Amino acid sequence: MTASADVTAALQGKFPQIAPRASGDHPAINVPLAEAPAVLTSLRDEHAFDFLVDVTAADWGVDTSPRFTVFWHLFSTTTHAYVRVAADCTSDTEPVAPTVSDLWPAANWHERETYDLLGITFSKHPDLRRILMWDGYPYHPLRKDFPLAGIDTPLPDLEVGDLTGATAKPAPMMGGPFVASAGEINLTDAEPRAKDESWTERREKPASE
Amino acid sequence: MVSANNELAYNTKIEGEVIVTKADAVINWLRSSSIWPMPMGLACCGIELMASGNSQFDIARFGAEVMRFSPRQSDCMIVAGTVTYKMAPHVRRIYDQMAEPKWVIAMGACASSGGMYRSYATLQGVDKIIPVDVYVSGCPPRPEALLDALIKMQAKIRREPSARNLLASA
Repeated sequence: MTASADVTAALQGKFPQIAPRASGDHPAINVPLAEAPAVLTSLRDEHAFDFLVDVTAADWGVDTSPRFTVFWHLFSTTTHAYVRVAADCTSDTEPVAPTVSDLWPAANWHERETYDLLGITFSKHPDLRRILMWDGYPYHPLRKDFPLAGIDTPLPDLEVGDLTGATAKPAPMMGGPFVASAGEINLTDAEPRAKDESWTERREKPASE
Repeated sequence: MVSANNELAYNTKIEGEVIVTKADAVINWLRSSSIWPMPMGLACCGIELMASGNSQFDIARFGAEVMRFSPRQSDCMIVAGTVTYKMAPHVRRIYDQMAEPKWVIAMGACASSGGMYRSYATLQGVDKIIPVDVYVSGCPPRPEALLDALIKMQAKIRREPSARNLLASA
């Protein structure tokens, strides 16, 4: 399914670089990153997509280019239609996207979350700080090159870190992550479990793997 | 004529208004019977912690119903929930602000070991930053499990050489 013909066609009349995007659910369009604020303004003011549902991004993998795509999900409270707008970031190492927090105040925290977890810098954002991880955390955890268990980092409070000797250590995965077996009829067998239980906190994972 | 014994309380007249006991027994009796918890409710375990204060479970039976939201007034920190790395220093600071003697209950899988959160954001057990006296299993534990932990901690308090510790610190 692609964007409903009227919205896409109307937008394409104004922004010829817009292309329909393959989508499994709602209409979606690809736009060049530089035109995204103008397209979103047009969707909000001329097509009644007045409600910003979500701002997020995707990391397609370290070796992929373009690596990062920013998404905006819009909803119309009058026509009850959804539309998804996607824009690829030009840089694969220092991705930058324009902020839409001036169009929808709701975008403020969504963009802070996207910056925190994926490292997309939203230019002209009024207050681009981390929102989930603590200030000064050096990584962006939802990037594909960040391990789920984490990377050894000092605690946010250095005084407490010195006192206790604790750091944000990589979590022992105990052979995890724990994965449910798809298609298993027996619910006991379908329970999420580690695929490799040969190593634990005490017996570390063999270095060869 | 035989009169019924109408004495409802301890008759001090028998021993001449003197009770003979050990200092440890008195101190530990006082301490274990009036544990004022610091409810560190960080996740769903906090709901079970609240439930254990309700009349169905009635944590007051063990003298621990006075949930104090000031660490200065509490004896026992009940860490009920997932401790993230962002929260961990605050938990430690609140523990440091509690007056001695103080105890800690790690309530539930997350506080005890990180639980199901084997991830970059979660402290893998609150015992990495504060000393824990009693661990409670469960996700979340039933209020009965918390009451059982409280009884176990009372038993632990009653074994402490409190008088010696007080004299040593004086």
